[in-house]
Amino acid sequence: MSQLSITLLRMGFLVLLWALVLSAIAVLRADLYGTRITARGRGRESRRDTEARAEKTASPSRAATGIRTGSISTREPSAGHLAVTGGPLKGTTIPLGGAPILVGRASTCTLVIDDDYCSAKHCRIYLEGDRWMVEDLGSTNGTFLGNQKVTDPVPFRTGDVVRIGATALELRG
Amino acid sequence: MATVADVKVRTGRRSELGLLGLAVAVAVLARGLVDYHADFLELDELALYAAAWCGVALVIHLAIRRWAPFADPVLVPAVLALNGIGLAMIRRIDFAYANRGRDTDFGQVQEVWTILGIVLALLVILLLRDYRLLRRFTYTAGVLGLIGLLLPLVPGLGTEINGAKIWISVFGRSLQPAEFAKIAFVVFFAGFLVTNRDTLALAGPKVLGMRFPRPRDMGPLALVWVAAMLVQIYERDLGTSLLLFGIFVAMLYVATERLSWVLVGLGMFGFGAVLAGTLFSHVQVRYTAWLHALDREVYSSGTSEQLVRGLFGMANGGLFGTGLGEGRPDLVPYAESDFIVASLGEELGLTGLMAILTLYVIIVQRAMRTAIGTRHGFGKLLAAGLGFAIALQVFIVVGGVTRVIPLTGLTTPFLAYGGSSMLANWMIIGLLLRLSDQARRPEEVAA
Repeated sequence: MSQLSITLLRMGFLVLLWALVLSAIAVLRADLYGTRITARGRGRESRRDTEARAEKTASPSRAATGIRTGSISTREPSAGHLAVTGGPLKGTTIPLGGAPILVGRASTCTLVIDDDYCSAKHCRIYLEGDRWMVEDLGSTNGTFLGNQKVTDPVPFRTGDVVRIGATALELRG
Repeated sequence: MATVADVKVRTGRRSELGLLGLAVAVAVLARGLVDYHADFLELDELALYAAAWCGVALVIHLAIRRWAPFADPVLVPAVLALNGIGLAMIRRIDFAYANRGRDTDFGQVQEVWTILGIVLALLVILLLRDYRLLRRFTYTAGVLGLIGLLLPLVPGLGTEINGAKIWISVFGRSLQPAEFAKIAFVVFFAGFLVTNRDTLALAGPKVLGMRFPRPRDMGPLALVWVAAMLVQIYERDLGTSLLLFGIFVAMLYVATERLSWVLVGLGMFGFGAVLAGTLFSHVQVRYTAWLHALDREVYSSGTSEQLVRGLFGMANGGLFGTGLGEGRPDLVPYAESDFIVASLGEELGLTGLMAILTLYVIIVQRAMRTAIGTRHGFGKLLAAGLGFAIALQVFIVVGGVTRVIPLTGLTTPFLAYGGSSMLANWMIIGLLLRLSDQARRPEEVAA
């Protein structure tokens, strides 16, 4: 082979290598640009605005009567607090911020439940995006959302009931 | 924090096939160039080699279609391309050694290891149908990892090569159990952190707007730190200790989202590194060879000779390289294993080396994307940990060879000569394929 063709082959190899790299990136392009990313804070604020506006048009007299509507007074419009509606701790409420809540028998948990059917670290309730999720932490007797046993993280909506042994937890607005 | 919502799910199996074609072309062209410059080119043999590569690529592709249909389409092509370049380079170094009268068969041995590695990755996909199964073996994995690290210290089993006691000899072959221990530790850390991350993240005093962990929660970090330091002291293996500690700190950060853990971890590592540098002569030597590599007396004493020869090799390659088979990579000791990056830098130049590094970036990015896409906390940590394992290993090796950090002995994943590294890294790819398959699977199918 001539020196020219050798040089061409040498450069050709580098070109081929970069062709692979760039086409791999091209395949990933859909992945990089094909997702919708909403910043957590902004999405919530804009929704709060629209909610407040809807509130205003629906009942303009509320502001006049001095009753503060929930959408203005609570920091988290999706859920205000976690209420225990059954079991030994019935009546307890925990205000929800952005921090995850750990439920279990261990003293390090946020919500400590003294129940034989409850594991030391039983389940975890956390905020993902603007949804609350509930995740089982490998408990012995399981966590139930309604009648469904929780394995993977599942969304925990307002009004859903999570059962851990005799304890029932509910998300309140 | 932000929420990422997928617009559509595409399996990408066809794109994978296209990319696999390119990867095979890279591997075969590399081999052709090497053979031609060694005056060894026989078109029949090259065609056979090409056919073998096509067969391997096709088998992997079909296996993924069958057992992990939603797995990431870019991972396997990127890894196969790296593997092909590595095989060609090792073969090229075999030829160079043969010219100097040293008979080696690194190339053939590495081909066998590659096949075994691919089989292992496919076995992982076939046998592990749900990665959540691994969570049950959290502590088993931790114990296995520790045993793997300690095996080379068992008298009779462990062998010392070049002053490092990291090998064991099995059936006449030397294996590096630390490569497999790495995977076991990632599984252990993921399982441990997924249950304990809230205590690690939320409790503790606040200093300068950062929440620092409580001393009693520092237990696991301290334990891993001590383990890493002991490995460094007794096995004289700086690379592995750096890798393990780095993986753990990275995973802690992913699990807790607290910067303070990174600062505490870096502080502890810095302290350990300085301590080791003052206490142990073999660490001290590495530091001197790194900082004063080009000093006449350091070079002539031989401690920085390998590093400097590698640097000269890369400088000789320049922007576009001397061309595969046209440089002199064999002038660097261990050109086929520890210094394969320098060999590639010489023959492919900066352009080629950047392409190779970009392939690693793509692999790591896919691991991180998988971690974002997985809903399960354990899967997130596992994918992120495996990604960090590859990223840190590449950084430690390439950083060492290019004199960014002190030189430590680790293998470049998929490129360097070495069986354990090849098997362990293909195993990581198998796990990542399974993880990404489950992460990208649409919910209707999963239910």
